[in-house]
Amino acid sequence: MSNGNSENSLIRMFHVYRRYGKYSALFDINFDIQKNELVFINGPSGAGKTTLLKLLYLGEPASEGQILIDGINLSRLSKNKIPLMRRNFGIIFQEFKLIPTKTVFENVALVPEAAGKSGRLVQKKVSSVLRAVGMEDKQNAFPLTLSGGEQQRVAIARAVAGDPKIILADEPTGSLDAESAGMIMELLKGFHTRGSTVIIATHDTELIRKTGGRTVCLKQGRMQQPSTLQ
Amino acid sequence: MIPLYLKHAFRDILKNRLLNAASVITIAFSVVITSSFILFFVNTTDMLNLWKKEIKIMVYLHPEVPGEIIPEIQKKISGMYGVQDVRFISKGEALEILKEQMKRQSSLLENLKENPLPDAFEIRMIPSSRPWEKIESLAAQIDAIPQVEEIEYGQKWLTKFSYIIKMFKLTGFVLGILFFIASVFIVANTVRLVLYTRREEIEIMRLVGASDGFIKVPFYIECVIQGALGGIIGLTILFLVYVSVLSNVEQGVTSGFINVRFFSFGIMFLILLCSMLTGWLGCFLSLKHFLKTV
Repeated sequence: MSNGNSENSLIRMFHVYRRYGKYSALFDINFDIQKNELVFINGPSGAGKTTLLKLLYLGEPASEGQILIDGINLSRLSKNKIPLMRRNFGIIFQEFKLIPTKTVFENVALVPEAAGKSGRLVQKKVSSVLRAVGMEDKQNAFPLTLSGGEQQRVAIARAVAGDPKIILADEPTGSLDAESAGMIMELLKGFHTRGSTVIIATHDTELIRKTGGRTVCLKQGRMQQPSTLQ
Repeated sequence: MIPLYLKHAFRDILKNRLLNAASVITIAFSVVITSSFILFFVNTTDMLNLWKKEIKIMVYLHPEVPGEIIPEIQKKISGMYGVQDVRFISKGEALEILKEQMKRQSSLLENLKENPLPDAFEIRMIPSSRPWEKIESLAAQIDAIPQVEEIEYGQKWLTKFSYIIKMFKLTGFVLGILFFIASVFIVANTVRLVLYTRREEIEIMRLVGASDGFIKVPFYIECVIQGALGGIIGLTILFLVYVSVLSNVEQGVTSGFINVRFFSFGIMFLILLCSMLTGWLGCFLSLKHFLKTV
């Protein structure tokens, strides 16, 4: 499943499989994603959505097939280049994955610091992204003192702090109430509008209908037609 | 990046105070034990070298040696390589010297019917002949002179003393190795514990694109600081013990006889480097294994 001009695709997957021993989590995945697209990976639990995202950000290697990110073949990437490749991604998890012993500021600052930015630039960037997600007043707070929605906003701030090419969100609204979920989706749409490529894995078809955007459907690790949305 | 790594390292040290304290104390303890042996060895070696420098060979002649041939013997000995000067001490002079040294027991000597002491030569060597092997060689040459009955240069007790020092050196070396290994393992385990408690954090750092260096360097800095602190504390404790022992020993015992010293700055610096190496090595062993699993 690809659309438009494949040659200029930001992400390309060719006959990608992911196996764990005898068990296969993904079968023959093929699709392209263009720059500045908003794409949903839809499917029930166990469909392989998270696995697919993991292959993209090199959390796991593909067992077979090729994945190209901006023309770079991930299977040919040497180990020491993986951190650099990961800086192309901003990742948002359902369970937030904030470091509880670091403040909001420190959690977000991790990204530009890891990229080697100077203290001044880090300060500037972190303040800017926290303002964008509406969390600048809580930069000295610790994650466990925040609500779910607030923690996810901090996670989004961290995800965009490195100006990534691609934002990956794995069930970003899964742990949130409807109001917070709406706020999170507005933020993600905002970043998409400003030029980011956004890929959201979700089982929430209502969310997809409200937001709009291309959908890649998965069921038991295989790609489905969009009409088979669950 | 270095200031950032330092900042992270210091922050982590403060966050894991107890664990870090355990490593620092272990390293300090190892430094105290090992350095005590080194200090003992350094001072006893100094003492031994000083005594060797002051060594004189005493050559005792047979009682029946006629006085006329003594100058000939003296000339023969003076001509040997390594001899600086030869002083003849007659039996009469020797008895006077003994009476002077044993003033309190002079009554014992007053009652002597006959002088039991032999004629002797006191030989001083040139500086280049003062190493032990050369003294022994010279003594062997002198012993070959038929009129010589006995030669004395403190060989028995110096040999024993040298042997004891060698044993201490070996023991110190073995203990040093054992404590070094123990310290490395304790530091490695401390780091491993910290790594496991921060496993999730490290995983997240990896996900946001942190390189291995970004993750590892603060840990290395932390462990080197542990090593340095352990070394400084260990040396300080040893110095305090040294000062305390010295101040409790009577002045008369040490002055002019033994010149006890603490380590030079060079040796202290080396000990500090070793303790920092201990910290670094412990960290290396833990990180090497851990980062493969995260």
